[in-house]
Amino acid sequence: MNKIYSRIESIVGNVIAVEAQDIAYGELAQVNTRYGASLAETIRLDGKMVYLQVFSGSRGISTGDEVRFLGHPMQVSFSDDLMGRIFDGAGEPRDGGPDLTENLITIAGPAVNPYQRIIPREMIRTGIPMIDVFNTLVKSQKLPIFSVSGEPYNPLLARIAMQAEVDLIILGGMGLKYDDYLFFKDTLEQGGSLSKTIMFVHTAADPIVECLMVPDISLAIAERFALKGKNVLVLLSDMTNFADALKEIAITQEQVPSNRGYPGDLYSQLAARYEKAVDFSDAGSITILAVTTMPGDDVTHPIPDNTGYITEGQFYLRDGHIEPFGSLSRLKQLVNAKTREDHRSIMDAMIKLFAAYRDTLEKKSMGFQMSAWDRKLLKYGELFEQRIMDLSVNIPLEKALDLCWETLAECFEPRETGLRSDLIQKFWIGKK
Amino acid sequence: MTEGFVTAVNGNMVSIQTEGIVTMNEVAYILVGERRLKSEVIRIRGTSVQAQVYEITKGIRVGNRVEFSNELLSVELGPGLLGQIYDGLQNPLPEIANKVGYFLEPGLYLRALPRDIKWHFTPLLRKGDVLKRGMGIGWVPERYFRHIIMMPFDLYGEWKVIEIAPEGDYTIDEAIAEVADSKGNKRHIRMCFSWPVKRAVDCYSERLKPSEPLVTKTRIIDTFFPVAKGGTYCIPGPFGAGKTVLQQVTSRHAEVDIVLIAACGERAGEVVETLKEFPQIIDPKTGRSLMERTVIICNTSSMPVAAREASVYTAVTIAEYYRQMGLDVLLLADSTSRWAQAMREMSGRLEEIPGEEAFPAYLESVIAAFYERAGIVRLYNGKEGSLTIGGTVSPAGGNFEEPVTQATLKVVGAFHGLSRERSDARKYPSIHPLDSWSKYDGIMPKSTVRYAHSFLERGAEISAMMKVVGEEGTSLEDYVIYLKSEFLDAVYLQQNSFDPVDAAVSPARQRHVFKLILKILAADIRFSDKEEARNFFYELRQTMLDLNGTPQDSDMFNALYNRVDAALVDREPEFDNRGLKLMSTLE
Repeated sequence: MNKIYSRIESIVGNVIAVEAQDIAYGELAQVNTRYGASLAETIRLDGKMVYLQVFSGSRGISTGDEVRFLGHPMQVSFSDDLMGRIFDGAGEPRDGGPDLTENLITIAGPAVNPYQRIIPREMIRTGIPMIDVFNTLVKSQKLPIFSVSGEPYNPLLARIAMQAEVDLIILGGMGLKYDDYLFFKDTLEQGGSLSKTIMFVHTAADPIVECLMVPDISLAIAERFALKGKNVLVLLSDMTNFADALKEIAITQEQVPSNRGYPGDLYSQLAARYEKAVDFSDAGSITILAVTTMPGDDVTHPIPDNTGYITEGQFYLRDGHIEPFGSLSRLKQLVNAKTREDHRSIMDAMIKLFAAYRDTLEKKSMGFQMSAWDRKLLKYGELFEQRIMDLSVNIPLEKALDLCWETLAECFEPRETGLRSDLIQKFWIGKK
Repeated sequence: MTEGFVTAVNGNMVSIQTEGIVTMNEVAYILVGERRLKSEVIRIRGTSVQAQVYEITKGIRVGNRVEFSNELLSVELGPGLLGQIYDGLQNPLPEIANKVGYFLEPGLYLRALPRDIKWHFTPLLRKGDVLKRGMGIGWVPERYFRHIIMMPFDLYGEWKVIEIAPEGDYTIDEAIAEVADSKGNKRHIRMCFSWPVKRAVDCYSERLKPSEPLVTKTRIIDTFFPVAKGGTYCIPGPFGAGKTVLQQVTSRHAEVDIVLIAACGERAGEVVETLKEFPQIIDPKTGRSLMERTVIICNTSSMPVAAREASVYTAVTIAEYYRQMGLDVLLLADSTSRWAQAMREMSGRLEEIPGEEAFPAYLESVIAAFYERAGIVRLYNGKEGSLTIGGTVSPAGGNFEEPVTQATLKVVGAFHGLSRERSDARKYPSIHPLDSWSKYDGIMPKSTVRYAHSFLERGAEISAMMKVVGEEGTSLEDYVIYLKSEFLDAVYLQQNSFDPVDAAVSPARQRHVFKLILKILAADIRFSDKEEARNFFYELRQTMLDLNGTPQDSDMFNALYNRVDAALVDREPEFDNRGLKLMSTLE
């Protein structure tokens, strides 16, 4: 029996209050306004008053509008029919396809028992050498892509979505520009990956509350697929919009802000989402890659800062490249010993030489004379940027490793690379 | 029993209306359908009570019945704690996994100690003996320890033994003694009892000054910034600086009897490494698995926040219990910032007036009270037990000026500040040698350490200067000092925790190697130019790094040691008198 109330007592920000009885915390309601119906979630109970956060925002809601409680918390439908579909932040179809109502599951469920977790053990191949070779992505890892507005982080996510060797991609968009949404859709369609993708997209024009639901819905669906044995990659863009939505709602709720206006529980809120990444010992896994644009390119801003404490490393996307310095996959050690014997050594050697190249560049810009060694480094650096760092490069790990050897051989003598002699014997191309 | 009903829900805080008697911090259960959700009373105003709920509050309704337990949030203490993995409320996680699978289930609480094990009890006293709380009644073997069965900590006053069980096998629920006080009140004593987590255990005759060093086998700590048994220290550092790895290394190699690991609000993945690896690692000292001396309290970042606040108290109470047996206990809390944030969240919900960065005004006193539970104590039987607390701090933005770091620095005895700069340069452990400090005595005479440290200070000055005037503008004398400080940093301050030999360095070995290093620092060698000086120190460094990876009892070790010494003597240096004198103090 659904309870219906026809008097709204107060409307503040996106929150309305209704005098109602026997309502559960977290229960969902439907608000019928003259502009259509919207879902609302119970976010506070106080005596007879029930406070609801209206998904579509409070604009146009009248105190005489009808509120119907649904008797259950936020749910989404889960089935294989989700594949290839696109939904909005409230779980409604965005692609004109049929509504899905079967097999409803609750979102934001309890945490995984830490005792049931296992040590990550498998890499995810993405075909992007800067990831596969230098900062290997590992199943069950959670990694942010720290970037700034204007960088091609969405194209990068789209590439990963098309190239990553996983069973299923779930793409959660938060505050996406409409163009970006269309870009994702078209790119995946053309790349033929849409069929193994599920998208939950909140665009910048949509109500802010729906932005908050995107990670929870995406991850709840991911969790179910993972339990069914699928390896799921969840791509989120942009978590900064999610955090800003949290801030906006906390402030209108008159919560005491802690740091630059963000609520005190920002860390817990972000962790609750990122920690959904998991590798089930006898089922599938969830891996999370999430774009976090850093306001003012400042890594100490509360959003990237809190994120850094939660995630297992980070990628920096700067000047259109995944930056080799600063980027770190903290789990790569667990997998890159098993890929190919030269993987770790060549990774270190390439990066050391690239660091030397950057020093040389600096010297050059200050007008110092270039030595023969400097010229070698300059040649190497350019080749490295072209062949390996360019985001459009799509080659398997083994090919990428070979390409590294090739590049070294073109630029240096074996002894200049600092690589172990036995590896040079085995892998060096040309004159040893 | 006091009962009440829910009147409001806001996040993880509920308000309860009750007419009965309520105790501050007592546990109340909210009845939601079949579930009983645990909560703790944190404010009482007339008939309105506020409680923080240790679970997700979704589904709670206004009008739900609430039962007050009349007990403070407590842990169960007794044999069977070692090797356990608990959540913040002392629920055994492996058993929860057995029962409900992958996910945690709100409202599912299990007994902390195994009930079916029979422990072999040996009495330590006879009928007629008089006892105070915390005194030993008998003992049972737990793992490789003599687990003392004690008078429950809440039996105040003096009690006479009127019955004691003979040696034999008992479960923790069976009575092993009966005691009576002067008024004739009688009590049955079992092998387990509970104690409220937020009250410090104080069943000892006096607290002593921490003086003996706690050996962690990490060179930079033991030599430069030592920790004392019964002392406190903190490790603040920005993300990615290696706080957790440093704690993990310490938990493996520290020379203590018992290690408590409180994973408080951090990544689950990191605890998993400990959970899965500890049972496999054999402690060379005892020949037993490391897990046998470890208790893990694990309330990771996605588990309920209120339980996170409880978890550090759960850990420290279990630690105090083992200290009470005359053991040396080390508690590693990772991270105290997450614990402070849990307090901040609750304080916000209570609408308290916020302090700096919205942390509650009582932040400092709560942090101080927590660290003050560390200490070395003399027990009633004359034995000494110690509890050392090491907490990591995760300062926002890596800025040590923030309230949690500052409040912690006031109350700890040693500060191991991690630096992003050092970790970016892969210099591990990334403890900053110039920012960090310790008030404790270490394994080396202080004067020798100060001497070595002075090179680090000068080296840093010279290095900063060199950035401005370039290598050309630096005098050869200064350049050599810079090279010496770099050398000291590379071969002594940095340590490879993945190398089986270098990961753990005994104090004897530290002294032996440190002596050689002092000799190098004290040597005044004539070089013709900087190039020559650099090559000389690079070669020394290479040999010393090889030495660091070689077991001390091998011929190779002696050969490498002598090679360094010979390389130095070959240059026929003059020695700084002060340095020579200090070297002799290490004999």
